[in-house]
Amino acid sequence: MGMLFIILLSPLIGFLFSGIIGKYLPEKITGWISSLSILVSFVLSLQVFQGLSDTNGGPAFEAIGFTFLSVGDIFVDFAIQADRLTSLMMLVITGIGFLIHLYSISYMHGDKGFYKFFAYLNLFVFNMLVLVMGSNFLMLFFGWEGVGLCSYLLIGFWYRNAEYGKAARKAFIMNRIGDLGLLVGLFLVISSCKSLNYSDVFAAAKSGGLSTEMVTAICISFFIGAMGKSAQIPLYTWLPDAMAGPTPVSALIHAATMVTAGVYLVVRCNVLFEMAPAAQQLILWIGLSTSILAALIGLKQNDIKKVLAYSTVSQLGLMFIALGVGAYSAAMFHLITHAFFKALLFLGSGSVIHGMGGEQDIRKMGGLKSYMPVTYYTFLIGTLAISGMPLFSGFFSKDEILATVFTQQPIVWFLAVVSALITGVYMFRVFLVTFMGSFRGTETQKQHLHESPALITVPLIILAILSLVGGLLNLPELFTHDHAQWLKHWLSPVLGNAQDDLHHPSHSTEWMLMGLAVSVFIAAFLYTRNKYISHASVPEEDAEMTGAAKWSAHKFFVDELYDKVFVRSSESLGSTMNKADSGIFAGLMGWVSSGISYMSGLFSKVQNGRIQYYLLYMVIGVILMLVINIFI
Amino acid sequence: MNPDSVFNTLDISHYIYLSSVLFCIGLFGVLTRRNAIVLLMCIELMLNAVNLLFVAFSSYMGDSAGQLFVFFIMVVAAAEAAVGLAIIVMIYRNTRSTDVGLFDKLKG
Amino acid sequence: MLLTILGLPPAFLLLSFITILCALYVVTNTNPVYSVLALILAFFSISAHYVLLNAQFLAVVNLIVYAGAIMVLFLFVLMLLNLNKESEPIVKMGWHIGAAVTAGLLLVTLAAALHRSSEQIMRNPAEDIGLVKNLGKVLFTDYLVPFELSGILFLAAMVGAVLLGKKQTNNKENNNYSETSSQ
Repeated sequence: MGMLFIILLSPLIGFLFSGIIGKYLPEKITGWISSLSILVSFVLSLQVFQGLSDTNGGPAFEAIGFTFLSVGDIFVDFAIQADRLTSLMMLVITGIGFLIHLYSISYMHGDKGFYKFFAYLNLFVFNMLVLVMGSNFLMLFFGWEGVGLCSYLLIGFWYRNAEYGKAARKAFIMNRIGDLGLLVGLFLVISSCKSLNYSDVFAAAKSGGLSTEMVTAICISFFIGAMGKSAQIPLYTWLPDAMAGPTPVSALIHAATMVTAGVYLVVRCNVLFEMAPAAQQLILWIGLSTSILAALIGLKQNDIKKVLAYSTVSQLGLMFIALGVGAYSAAMFHLITHAFFKALLFLGSGSVIHGMGGEQDIRKMGGLKSYMPVTYYTFLIGTLAISGMPLFSGFFSKDEILATVFTQQPIVWFLAVVSALITGVYMFRVFLVTFMGSFRGTETQKQHLHESPALITVPLIILAILSLVGGLLNLPELFTHDHAQWLKHWLSPVLGNAQDDLHHPSHSTEWMLMGLAVSVFIAAFLYTRNKYISHASVPEEDAEMTGAAKWSAHKFFVDELYDKVFVRSSESLGSTMNKADSGIFAGLMGWVSSGISYMSGLFSKVQNGRIQYYLLYMVIGVILMLVINIFI
Repeated sequence: MNPDSVFNTLDISHYIYLSSVLFCIGLFGVLTRRNAIVLLMCIELMLNAVNLLFVAFSSYMGDSAGQLFVFFIMVVAAAEAAVGLAIIVMIYRNTRSTDVGLFDKLKG
Repeated sequence: MLLTILGLPPAFLLLSFITILCALYVVTNTNPVYSVLALILAFFSISAHYVLLNAQFLAVVNLIVYAGAIMVLFLFVLMLLNLNKESEPIVKMGWHIGAAVTAGLLLVTLAAALHRSSEQIMRNPAEDIGLVKNLGKVLFTDYLVPFELSGILFLAAMVGAVLLGKKQTNNKENNNYSETSSQ
C-alpha cells in the first residue's frame, strides 16, 4: 500500500524540486524531472489498475496516513484509497498530465518562470490526485481547494499583465462561491452522519439513516460546488476567461482534469443522488441549458481558445445531463473520451498559436494545412471525435448518453441532439477557417510559420490515437457481445445498483438513434463545408456583427450582467466599509493619540524650567504629605 | 548669666510658633523674590529659623546635641553661601542678569 | 514674680517682634541692600534669643559667622554686581497671592502638627548647657566624625568657590588642542 503513497507524493516531490532548485538548473533538467515524477505516478497507477481488474471487483486498496483532525467523536484521517473509479481518474490525470508536461517543456521554452510553471503543474497534479484518491470528504475538499489554488496560480501565470490577473481572480472567486455549497454539504454530512468517510456515509444512507430531505439538501449543496468547479450555469463565466493562461494549463486543467472534479463528485456520491430525484432533475436541466447556451456562444467566437473553452462548458453540460438521468458510467465514459480529444484540441491550438507567433484570432489564420501538417491531421481527428464521427471515441460516448436519455426524458434528448448539432457546426467552423483556404495573416507571420518541434507533436499524435480508439472502452452491445460495455461492467462495484433502473433502449431503437446522430453529424459537416470552403467566407470583423450573431459573440452579455449586479455592489460595499474602517476605527486610534498628545502638551507646561514654580510645587507636596501623615 | 531659665515662664510652643513664622516668611520670600541673591538670603533666613528651634529644644530638654547640630548647620550654610554666590557671579558674567525667572533652559 | 506681659516675658516679646519685623522687611523690600541690612538686624535679634536660651557661645558664633562673614559676603557680591532698586523685576500679583497662601498653609499645618508637642517632651532645662566647655566636650567625643567631615566640606567649598570665580580665558585658544594633537 506504500505504492499509493508514492503515487500521491511523487508529484509533490516534483513540485518541491522544481520550486526550490529548479531556478538554478537548466530548463531541460527541471522540465524532464517534473515530467518524470508524473510518469512514475502513471506507471504505478497502471499497476493499481491491473491489480484492481484482477481482484474482480474486490475490495479497494487502502492506505491510511495520520489523523487529520479529531473533534469529539468525529475522526478524520489523511486516508487514501484506490477503487475502480479512482483508478480510472488516476490514469487520466497522470497519463494526460505526463503528456502535457512533455508538451510544456517545448511550449514554455524561454519563459522566465519556466521552473515555476512546472512547480505549479506538479502541485496541481498532486492536489488532483488527493481529490480523487481521498477516502473521505475532507480529503476531497482538500484537493478541491488545492486545484482551485493551482488554477489561480496558473491562469495568472503571466502576472505582469493585469488582465490575466483579473481572469485568475475571477476563476478563484467563482470557484469559491461554489465551494461554499460544497462546504455546506460537508457540514450537513457531518451533522447527520457524524463521519466524513465515504464508507460510513454511504452505508448510513443505504440503511435509511438519512431522511430524504437531508439527502436532497446534501446533494444540491454538492452540486452547487460542482457548478463552480465544472463551470455550469450560473458559475461558468470564469472558464472562457481562464484561457488567459498558457495553453498547456488550459489543456490540463480546463479540459481534462479540474473541471471534471464535479462529475467525479457526483459519480462518487451516486448512492446519495439516487435517493434524491429532485437533485437529479436540477442537475439535468442545468446541464442541458448550459450545454445549449455554451454551444450557441461558441458559434460566434473568433479566438481559437475561446471556442474550445465554450466547447468544454458545453460538453460538461452533456456529462451532467448523463448524471441527471443516472447514467453514471456513461458520464465517466464521456469524461474519459472528452479528456482525450479536448486535450488534443487544446494542445493542437497551442501548436497553432506557437506557429503563428502568438496570434489567436482565427480570422487571421487560414491555409495552415500546408505549413503544419501534423497539427492539421491531429486537430482533424479531434474535431471529428468531438463532432461525433462514427467509430471515433466521441461518437460512442455521446451516443451512450443520448441513448440513455432518450428512454428517460425524450424532450431532453431532443434538445441534447440540437446541442450536438451546434457542437458539430462550431467545431467544423473553427477547423475549416483555421486550416483551410488561404493564409490571411501578415507577411512576417507567414515567414514564421513552421511545424512545431517533436515534444509538441508527439503528445498530439498520442492523444489523436487515443481519441480514435477510445471508443473501445465501452462499445455498445450492438456491435459486439463479448467486450461490450466494458467500462460499465468495470465500474459496477462502485456504482452498485445505481444504474439498475436505467432502461436501455431496445436494439432497434438504438440503431435508429445512432443513425440520427450520424445524420446530424453529416448535416453539420455539409453546412460548414458549404459556408467556409465553397463560399470561402471568413467570420466578419467585430464591428460588422448584427442581431443574433452579436448576442452570441458577446456571450449573451452574461458577464456584463454579473458585473452590474454582483461586482459593482460588492465593490461599493467594500469601499464603504473601507471608509468606515479608516474613518471610525482608525480614526478612533487617531483620536486617542491626539487626545493623549494634547494632554501631554498641557502637562508639559508644568515643567517650565523656572525654579520658583518647582519650589512652589514642592512646598504644596510637603504640605500634603504632612497633612496626610499627621492628620489622616 | 541669668540662673533662671526662660522656660520657667515660657512654654516651648511659643518658640515653635516663632520658628514656624520665621520659616514661612522665609519661604514666602524664596517663592516671591526674583533676585537670586535675595533668594539666597531668604534661604538663610529659613535656616536660621530652624537653628532657633534647635537651640530652643536643646535648652528645654537639657541635651547639647541640639546646639551642636546648629554648628553643623552653620557650617553648611556658610559653604553653601560661598559656592552659591560664586555661581551667581558666574551667571551674571554670562547673562548680565540675576533674575531667576530667566534661567529656564531646563524646561521640558 | 517676674514681669510677664501676655503671659510671656517682655524680653521674648520684644525680640520676637523685632525678628519678625526684620524678616518681613527682608522679603518685601525691593532694594537688595536694604534687605541685607534688615537680615543682619534679624540675625542680631536671633542671637539675643540664643542668649535668652542659655546658649551664649552659639549667640556669639552666630554673630561672628553669620552676621559678620556671610552677610558681608552678600554685600560684597551685591556691590560687585552693582544691583539696586531698578534692576528688580516685577512679579505678578497672582503669584504673590499664591505664594502667600501656600506659605500660610504651611504655617498652619506646622503649627497644628506641633502645638501639642510640649506635652510629649521631657522638660529638663539646664543652666550651663551652652558653655563652651560643655559643648566642646560633647563635640570632640560624640560628634568627632561630623566635625572632621565639616572640615573637608569647607575645603571642597573653598576650592569650588575659587574655581568658579576664576576669570574665563579665551575659548578659542583652548579649542586648538583638538587640531594640534591630531597632527
